[in-house]
Formats: sequence, structure tokens, C-alpha cells
Amino acid sequence: MSESGSRSRSVQKLRGRQLSFVWKESRRFLSPVLLVLFWQIASAGGFVSARILPSPAQLAHTAWGLIKDGSLPTNLLVSLERASIGFGLALGIGVILALISGLSRLGEDIIDAPLQILRTLPALALAPLFILWFGIGEEPKILLVTLGALFPIYLNLHKGIRSIDPKFLEMSRTLGLSRSQIIREVVLPGALPDLLLGVRYALGVAWLMLVVAEQVNAESGIGHMMMDAEDFLRTDIILVGLIVYGLLGLISDWVVRTGERWLLAWQVDGGKRV
Amino acid sequence: MNTFFSEPENGEPRAVDTTRSVHVSGLTRRFGDGPAVLDHLSLDIPSGQFVALLGRSGSGKSTLLRTLSGLDSVEYGEVARPKAVSVVFQESRLLPWKRVWQNVVLGQKGPEGKERALQVLKEVGLLHRVEAWPLTLSGGEAQRVALARALVRNPSFLMLDEPFAALDALTRIHMQNLVLSLWRKHQCTALLVTHDVDEALVLADRVLVLEHGRIKVDLPVTLPRPRRHAHPVFEQLRSELLHALGVQNA
Ligand SMILES: Nc1ncnc2c1ncn2[C@@H]1O[C@H](COP(=O)(O)OP(=O)(O)OP(=O)(O)O)[C@@H](O)[C@H]1O
Ligand SMILES: [Mg+2]
Repeated sequence: MSESGSRSRSVQKLRGRQLSFVWKESRRFLSPVLLVLFWQIASAGGFVSARILPSPAQLAHTAWGLIKDGSLPTNLLVSLERASIGFGLALGIGVILALISGLSRLGEDIIDAPLQILRTLPALALAPLFILWFGIGEEPKILLVTLGALFPIYLNLHKGIRSIDPKFLEMSRTLGLSRSQIIREVVLPGALPDLLLGVRYALGVAWLMLVVAEQVNAESGIGHMMMDAEDFLRTDIILVGLIVYGLLGLISDWVVRTGERWLLAWQVDGGKRV
Repeated sequence: MNTFFSEPENGEPRAVDTTRSVHVSGLTRRFGDGPAVLDHLSLDIPSGQFVALLGRSGSGKSTLLRTLSGLDSVEYGEVARPKAVSVVFQESRLLPWKRVWQNVVLGQKGPEGKERALQVLKEVGLLHRVEAWPLTLSGGEAQRVALARALVRNPSFLMLDEPFAALDALTRIHMQNLVLSLWRKHQCTALLVTHDVDEALVLADRVLVLEHGRIKVDLPVTLPRPRRHAHPVFEQLRSELLHALGVQNA
């Protein structure tokens, strides 16, 4: 009797904990939802001109139309392809350059100085130059993304490699680890948190570069869709494009965060998450 | 700065594998233009002996250990020591991104790595923390893992640089007993750097005091183990050592 009582009490406690968890998770979405509601009411009440700011319902309608006639998926796919190729290139090149300059003095002298100089150039300002150099095909867009994403990756990984605790390197030498073992077991895992930080920055920059590249000159892509809409005064399509960009940014950030939680489990579980 | 990028050593200590003894003669080490930290230091440690090294802060104990372990090159003088050496530092220096057992067998080849790790972790009493992340270990546990990592390599010569300095008194006594039993079991030559005269007297066959770059005092300790602090010989050795270390009315 008393046992079942305590069990039901503990079930209650558990349910309470679940409820509070659901509440904690959902309240983060509360204010955006309220904001959209407010927006819808304001639009429906005629307080905001539909020309300037269409209502959420209208946007949903437009988005659905764009999906149905295939223009949104097609353009999205093109944009995604450009972003991922550009970002992939940046990741590959950035990691290789950071390894070379992080692991050898000679490499640092050769690679670091020019990259530090290039870094100070505003990458966006290179768009016209890239179009002149590479024409109006895919290359200038992909390369702009690459260029923008390269620096955060390179700089963070380089810093990560250079700031490995020398005590770990010393210890590895007393354990008789070879140079390649030290790189694999000590340097790379130790620099991983910095690399992931760089990747997150780089993703943000990559989307930004893509927007610009696609709006300056493009025959396809989300940016192109938005520029087209401008010619026809379609505020709703522009807004849908913006929302898509926003979602892409959110999703990519979420992916990296999830990857971090898994790759850096030693930090999370160790309670030393910084 | 990162020592990883330093030039490769050319003056590696000569490795003598047939014996577990250590020979140092005329070893001199100075940093830059400063005075010699080690000044024509000579030292012989016979196979299997447990030696404790005392000395004031900055007297060059760690420098000697770094040279013996091969971290620093030998510039002047001769050093001969077994090839299989292990070092335990004051901080455990466990890689935080590797689980405890992976830290133990770091750099060890062979598929039976985990089994070997389990075996030594059992010896240091940490079987229940095999899969733990190092950041979740207590200070004493981390030092025991570091000890396991040193032992898994079957060292002929084990060096310990103030391995218990950061531990509380009780944990330290446990660790001292542990080190003693492991030393007996693995039959290695051991060199322990410590600031604690009592610790040196409890553990070692022989206590050295380093001063002005040389071995100033070389004291055999013949008391049978386990040793009691209250033993008159123990008392006498202690005051002798404290005097050598410059501590008055001990
Ligand atoms: N890399 C270095 N460059 C310059 N001087 C150094 C270097 N390493 C050690 N020294 C100097 O050498 C001397 C001996 O240092 P060492 O670390 O061997 O002392 P120690 O006996 O281990 O001291 P402690 O008991 O405090 O650990 C000190 O004066 C120190 O400043
Ligand atoms: Mg020291």
C-alpha cells in the first residue's frame, strides 16, 4: 500500500519533471510565435500595407505557390550546391593551410603572413573583381563563398594548433610517440574545439557571401529569385527568400552544434564546457 | 612556446638496455648565459634502487629529470640509462579527449591494448573508471592513471617529479604505498623528486640532496619497510636532511 503510494508519487514527480522540460523547451519559441501572431493581426486589421509588409498568411501562400511551381526548390538546390561546394573547398584548403603553418615554422613564415594580409580585405568588395576574372558562371559565386569561409577556418585552426599545451607535447615525447602520432592523437583533437568554432563562423560568412554573389549577378539561386521579385515589386517573394536564408543559417548552425556535442563529449561530460 | 617545434635532439642520452642502472658523469647544464644549473654532476644509481632527490626550489631537480628522460639534450657530460623509461609529472598530463584506458595505452601498439590497460588500472585500483573522461577524475585518481600509464610500458627506470605534491595528505599516503608496492612488483629503478623529507625517508633506499648543481648529500636509508616516523634512526636522518636543506632547529 505505502509502496504503491510512493511509486505513484514518484511517477507524479517524473511527470512534473517532464512537463517542466517541455515548458522549458517550448518557451523559447513562445515569443517568435507571439510576434508572428501580432504581425498577422496587424496585417489583417489593415494597419500595415500589404505592399510593404505582406501578412504571414500571405507569405505562407506565396511560399506554397513557389514550391508548387518548382521555382523555390530549384533555386534552393542551386544555392545549396554553391554553398556546399564553396564551403567544402574552404574547409579542405583551410585545414591543409592551417596544418602546414601550424606544424612547421617554415610553413608559418610562408603561409601565415599573406593570409593575415588577405584577411583584412573585405571579401565582399572582391565580388566585382571575381566576376571580371571568372565571368558569370558558377565559379565566381563558389569562389566568393570559399574565400569568405576560408579565413575563419584557417585562423581558428591555426590558433588551436599553436595553443596546444606544450606539456602535452612533452608528455607525448616521453611516451615515445612519433611525430605523426603526436599530430593525430594530440594536436588535432586538441585543436578540434577551435576548428569547430571556426566552422561555425565560416558557415555564417558563407551564407552572407552567397547572398551577395547571387544578387550581384546570377541566373538562378535564392538571391536571384529575390532580385527578380524586386523587378516585379513582389515584396512577398523577397520575404520568402529572406526566410529561407534565415532557415538555412539556423539549420547549418544546429548541425554544427550537434556535431560539437558529439565530437567534444569529453568537454561536455567533463563539465568544463567553455 | 611549444617545445613540439624545437629542433630534434642530437645529444640523446645513451641508451643502455642490458641493465637497469643509471650513470651520470660530469653533467653540466646552463640556460643561456646564466650560472650552471647542473654543474659537473655525477650520479650512479644501481639497478632496482629507489632514490629520492631533495633540493630547494630552483636547485635543478626537474632539470636533471628532464635530461634523464631525454626531453632535454645532454650538452656537457655523459648520461647512460635504460631505454625503457617512464616519467610521472606533478600534473597528470592526461589527454582530456581520450578516455582513461586510452590515455594509459597512448602510443602503444597492438590489439590487446585495452586488456593491458585494464590490467594496470586494476593495479592502481581504478577498474571502475576505465571509460571515464579525464576531466571527471579527482586529482588522486588522475595521478593514479598517470602512474598506470607509466607502468604499462614496463619501464626499467621510473622517474617521478613531485607526483603527489598537489594531493591532500591522506591521498598522498595512499599513493606512497601504491608506488612502493608497484616498484617492488615491477622491479624497476626509481628516481623520485620530492619536497617532502618524510616522504623521501618513507620510500627511498637512498636520499640525495641537490645543491649548487651537484649532489651535496648522499644518504643511504637502511631502515626496514614499512618505516615508522617515530623510529630514532628515522628522526636522526630527518634532522640531518633538514639541516642539509638549510632548515634550522628541526
Ligand atoms: N627553460 C628554462 N630556461 C631558463 N631557465 C630555466 C629553464 N628551466 C629551468 N630554468 C632554471 O633552472 C633552475 C632550475 O630549475 P628546475 O625546474 O630544475 O628547479 P627544481 O629544482 O625542479 O625546482 P622546484 O622544486 O621548484 O620544482 C631554475 O633557476 C630555473 O629558473
Ligand atoms: Mg621541479
